Amino acid sequence: MDLSFNKQQLMIKKVITEFAEKEIKPYASEIDQEPRFPEEIVKKMAKLGLMGMSIPKKYGGSELDNVSQTIIMEEVSKACASTSVTMGAHTSLCCYPIVHHGTEEQKQRFLPKLASGEYLGAFALTEPEAGSDAVNVQTTAVKDRDEYIINGSKIFITNGGKADFINIVTTTDPAARHKGLAIFAIETKNQKGFSVGKKEDKLGLRGSNTSEIIFQDMRLPKENLIGGKEGDGFKIAMNVFNSGRIGIGIQGVGIAQAAFDECLKYVKEREQFGRKLHKFQAIQFMLSEMATRIEAARLLCYEAAYLKDQGKNYIKEAAMAKLYGSDVAMEVTRKAIQIHGGYGFIKDYPLERFYRDAKITEIYEGTSEIQKLVIAAQLLGKGF
Amino acid sequence: MNIIVCIKQVPDTTNIKIDPKKGTLIREGVPSIMNPDDKHALEAALKLKKDGKVTVLSMGPPQAEEALREALAMGADDAVLLCDIKFAGSDTWATANAISAAIKKIGNYDLILCGRQAIDGDTAQVGPQMAEQLNLPQVTYVRKIEINANKINAERVLEDGYEIVETSLPALLTLVKSGNDPVYPSLIGIQKAYEKEIKTLTAADINIDESRTGLNSSPTSVVKSFTPPPKGGGVILEGSISDVSKKLIVILKEKEIIQEF
Repeated sequence: MDLSFNKQQLMIKKVITEFAEKEIKPYASEIDQEPRFPEEIVKKMAKLGLMGMSIPKKYGGSELDNVSQTIIMEEVSKACASTSVTMGAHTSLCCYPIVHHGTEEQKQRFLPKLASGEYLGAFALTEPEAGSDAVNVQTTAVKDRDEYIINGSKIFITNGGKADFINIVTTTDPAARHKGLAIFAIETKNQKGFSVGKKEDKLGLRGSNTSEIIFQDMRLPKENLIGGKEGDGFKIAMNVFNSGRIGIGIQGVGIAQAAFDECLKYVKEREQFGRKLHKFQAIQFMLSEMATRIEAARLLCYEAAYLKDQGKNYIKEAAMAKLYGSDVAMEVTRKAIQIHGGYGFIKDYPLERFYRDAKITEIYEGTSEIQKLVIAAQLLGKGF
Repeated sequence: MNIIVCIKQVPDTTNIKIDPKKGTLIREGVPSIMNPDDKHALEAALKLKKDGKVTVLSMGPPQAEEALREALAMGADDAVLLCDIKFAGSDTWATANAISAAIKKIGNYDLILCGRQAIDGDTAQVGPQMAEQLNLPQVTYVRKIEINANKINAERVLEDGYEIVETSLPALLTLVKSGNDPVYPSLIGIQKAYEKEIKTLTAADINIDESRTGLNSSPTSVVKSFTPPPKGGGVILEGSISDVSKKLIVILKEKEIIQEF
């Protein structure tokens, strides 16, 4: 059994670690506190090929294996969770439906622009009445000759207010429930009937854009129906989420690792009762538990990515990676504040930001409770 | 313009410690990196090359391949590893001999760029020695390069300013940090770097005599490495400007730095 990265993956890790350390991390606090969407960082990431990492080379992408993509997500998350979700929503949620389910014509039309970063992408499923109950989509797509007329709205859409390109989940047949779902691609510039609604003011990931998007008699050509077939939307969306879970799991790991690294530095500097903090067994126990859990969560994420690269079923492992990775993010960032005491609670230190950023990992792309249902379904088989 | 860039893989000495007994660097657990000045030289070469080719050359053990891969990922076209047990233990003279012989073998170059010095040895000798071996004009401590026709204008950093040196091509330049934005290898660049072949040259390939390279042929040897004692802390004089000035004059006189006439 070989658990080590290959040479190319090691170089990717080295390069992205340095890039994230120098070009992303120094701005993490600022974009959180203003808050501000870091367009210039997204441009730099695009220049390196990060925005195209999930896209095949023949469409202008950098076509990385899933382990390498997970490495990048970990390093970017360690530097700034807001930036990592901006990237992840684009490379994972948005690109996946086109790369894996798009028609050849759709791939040629959209992927080069998404790969180069000319287009920032988003994926829109959530509605006021459709969250964990993803099937309950109310946004309708009605066929009118060679077009579809879309009406409805989506909420909590990552990159929603900034995206040039959005894949939206609609229903062409509400009575058919999941069999009625269909995904459409929107190029948002100059799209009549498309508008951006409320931009959310969030607890964490404040440097990312989360917006409502609205469709009013929005007409799309039938060529924008992903895969060209009505009724495939649910299957595509589930595949998107299975894959995306690895990314959120490792995002949790990245946030936790960042918090842990701060702790390791702090306990060697801070003195109380005439001793450095790291001399106290209570602190040592906390550090050991934190490091062990981070490592366990990391291994789950890379196992899922590895299975995916091997073409094997990774649904259970991906759900476990997300469930555990997000749990570890919460636990470690909470303890990291405890170790820092009052300094952990103030904005001069990054610990409170890590804590706020960690929470969403238990919620988006399937709550922890949904992950448990997914794991149970894999354990017990269908129709348990 | 065809450029050969000489790079060295070095231990990242930012946090390195010296074994107090043996007097050598403690290398365990210290990651290897491309020598920073060499990286600047490579960045400069990539900007200058236009239609030409950048070849990176490194003398070192087989693991120096990683530094060459990184250089390829940054955009170098070719990489050559000069690797032979016969080179082991070479001092700067013996190293310069071997690299110069390799450069003669590679041939077809307009410019050779080196880093000013390596962070492990800090000698800054190999570049200038190579220029002598290759009988090329050399400019050291260069931070900016401009090329006009067959001439080169190199901005050379001095302690109290800079000078611009003009020279003909081919030439050898050693570079310092320039203030350019760092070049990060792209994901595509990294993948291409692993698709390329790194050419290995041995002592036999470059026709070098054993009397000119390796430990036994090195005219210098390291007798001892040690950490110099830290400098004493400075003294801060406090008080009004005239008080402080008077105190300062007294101290400078005591130290015989200034004297009364």
